[in-house]
Parts: sequence; structure tokens; C-alpha cells
Amino acid sequence: MKESMPRSVVRVILPPHLRTLAKVGSEVELEVETRATQRSVLDALEARYPMLRGTIRDQVTQERRPFLRFFACEEDLSHEPPDTPLPDAVTSGAEPLIILGAIAGG
Amino acid sequence: MSGVRVLVGTKKGAFVLTSDGKRKQWEVSGPHFGGWEMYHLKGSPVDPARLYASQSTGWHGQLIQRSNDGGKTWEPVGNKFAYDGVPGTHQWYDGTPHPWEFKRVWHLEPSLTDPDTVYAGVEDAALFRSADGGQSWQELSGLRGHGSGPRWQPGAGGMCLHTIILDPSDPQRIFIAISAAGAFRTDDGGKTWKPINQGLHSLYIPDPTAEVGHCVHHIAMHPSRPGVLFMQKHWDVMRSDNAGDSWQEISGNLPTDFGFAIDIHAHEPETLYVVPIKSDSEHYPLDGKLRVYRSRTGGNEWEPLTKGLPQRDCYVNVLRDAMAVDSLDKCGVYFGTTGGQVYASADAGDNWSPIVRDLPAVFSVEVQTLS
Repeated sequence: MKESMPRSVVRVILPPHLRTLAKVGSEVELEVETRATQRSVLDALEARYPMLRGTIRDQVTQERRPFLRFFACEEDLSHEPPDTPLPDAVTSGAEPLIILGAIAGG
Repeated sequence: MSGVRVLVGTKKGAFVLTSDGKRKQWEVSGPHFGGWEMYHLKGSPVDPARLYASQSTGWHGQLIQRSNDGGKTWEPVGNKFAYDGVPGTHQWYDGTPHPWEFKRVWHLEPSLTDPDTVYAGVEDAALFRSADGGQSWQELSGLRGHGSGPRWQPGAGGMCLHTIILDPSDPQRIFIAISAAGAFRTDDGGKTWKPINQGLHSLYIPDPTAEVGHCVHHIAMHPSRPGVLFMQKHWDVMRSDNAGDSWQEISGNLPTDFGFAIDIHAHEPETLYVVPIKSDSEHYPLDGKLRVYRSRTGGNEWEPLTKGLPQRDCYVNVLRDAMAVDSLDKCGVYFGTTGGQVYASADAGDNWSPIVRDLPAVFSVEVQTLS
């Protein structure tokens, strides 16, 4: 019998427009594999909230939208490869993964 | 009881303005999608409760919203706009090749016969179609495949496909326009396209009469005469009596023939409306006077319409999709400004009054006449 992957709960903080779009509060909790990555968390986020598809990653290229950043544990993870494991503090749920919009006027 | 619903897209949200047939008292609903750029909203001609809206921001890209109750509630539908095959390149501002990249939807055109079919004109210029109420989108790639695509280049606002006109007499015929490539027509439902720019004369391109490269700002067609088209080009107001095969200038006595918006009276196919703008470098009305110009002769002879419009210190713009008409009697005419006003005339342009004065910059205005 195949053993299932261990799972954990990751906290994600969304920017205001996406909270409105997904009809959620500032933070959502997602169950993902223990060795979660940016990609697996975003996959889980989009599976739970399909209306967010394309709003964080480009629908076609799957690249991070240029005016968004990924922060966690007081570090900027935006330029980490999407399959790099997230910090233990994020995968344990102690710290959130923050999706942040760039400051811009207009 | 008849009425009208005016769908307004702005830089910071959408607004729905409703009134009865008298068009004197208005209810304002919104902002819907507050904070987002709403390039365009439009209702289905066969199901007025079915609306489509283009919602975007620089942060989060493109969304498409759909309403089944006339704009009271909305649901996001599909937003995956993938170019067909290898996208290829068009010209960048400096003339170098630049890969086709999807940026946003400028215009949504619901089918004349099926509420679940809708066309989307996008930047970088391409035409997409959905046959499932906006859930999935397929490119009509014959347009970019016409062969001239590598020579298309963006206008100052981007390389956008901003005008889509469906021919009510021929479901296989569609007209589109792109800044700054020009106008194109298909006669086979979008498989193949031909440029329809003969007669356009544009001094800002190396060959002023080139097959493509013209900055067409908007095109209007009266449904009773689908072979007659009216165009506001970057400079010049133009007319075609043969479905775009050739064009003649009808700027006539306009004080300036630069502008963006153009539309046609609902019951008089020879009555046209434009809003002259000072120049390509000064996007506001001449002399600070906001004047709609009307021609009752299909062009060339124009009269200024000023009653109720500011005639001093007015420096707003009226963008290409920001004018529309209703089909009541008398015909209502509407336009929105970059200063956030939406003006309405319930008597074909003779008298104007603002429905709202202080919205965000208006990108688009569409009108539904409700029975």
C-alpha cells in the first residue's frame, strides 16, 4: 500500500484585491505537503479559489506577476525558484507566506 | 415601461446607471470591482440581463466578470487568453521585433444571437472568442496570421484591438480595428482576414497610404446599413460605403478632426456624432469648450452641440469606447470623460446634462435600452 505524503497547514496572507475577489479574510489556511514549495502552495490556493487563477501567476507562463512579491520570515522569496522548499517556519504554520502588491500610485 | 441601463467602465471600478424612458432621474450603482481598471462592459443583445465586463490591474492581470441579472451580481469566469501557436513578433515602438504578450482585454462584444458567445479584443492585438459564457477563450488566429502581423506596431496606448463590429446581416462577417495597425474584415467567420484601409492617409507612418499601420481609433456601423462604416482615425473622420473596401474623408467643417469616439443615431443612419479633440499631443477639447459635433448628412457638414456642456475651462478627453446611444424615441446619446462626468442627451444631442460628475476617469460607456 502506497504511503501518503505527510501534510501540513500553510498560512497565506493575500493582498486586499484578492481577498475581495476570493471572498476571504486577510489570511487563508491551506493543507499541503510538508515539504511545500511556492508552486505547491499556489497550486493549492488556486485549486481552492479558482477565481485567483492568473492573478498571482500568469495563466500561460506561470511566472509571478511582476508587481507582486512573496515574503516570509522577513525574507524576500520572490526570486527563489518555484520548486525550492519554503522555510520550515512556513510549512509548520508558524509564519505566513505573504503575497504582497508593490506600492504604486495612480 | 421602457428604460435604459448605462454601463460605465472607469479607471477605478464599474458603475451602472439606470433610468426610465424619460431619462431625467437616475440611479447610480457602484463602484463594482472598486479599485480595478474596468476597460469595458457590454450586455447581450438577446439577453439584456447577461453582461460581460473586463476587469484588470497592473498587479493582478486580467479577469472577466459575468452577470446574469443586469449587473446586480457578478461572477468571475475564464481569464486564460493564450495565443494560438507560437505568438511571433510585432514591431516595438522603436521598430525592433517584439514578442506578442497578452496584457488586457480592451473590448467585449457579445454575439447578436447567442448570450453565451462573446468576442474579446485584446492587447497585444488579437481577437478571442468564447462560446461558453466566457469560461474558455480561443483565439481567432487567422487575424494575426494574415501576414502583416510582424509590421503592426503599438499606438501610444498600447497595441490594442479595441473595436469589434458584428454584421447583423451576415454572421460570417466581422470588422475589427487595431491601434496602430488599422481596420480588418473577415467574411468567413474569422478564419481569414483582409486589411480594409484603402483611402486612409496617415502622415505619421513612412508610407501614408500603407496597407497597414494606420491608427484607427474607432469605427461605428448602423445595424440597418451594415455596409456603411464611419471611422474616427487618429486624425480624420472617414466613411466607407462598401464595407471598408475603400474610405473617403468626411471631416468637412470640423474645427479639428482628431478624436477618439464616434457613434450613429439609433434611428437616422446618416446622423453621426464625434467629439473633436485638439490634437494628438493635446488630448482635450479645442479652446476649453466641450462640444459634440453632429452631422445629419453622413459627414462633411457638422454642427456643434453645446447646450448643457461646459463651454470654458474644460480639458477632459472622451475615449474611443466612451460614447453610446439608446434606441428610444428620441434617441439618447451618452458619453463619458476622463474627468469622470457622464453626460446624457435625451433629444439626440440638442440638450445635455450630466448623470454623474465625479466618477474616476471614464474608459467606456455602453447603453442598453430595456423594454
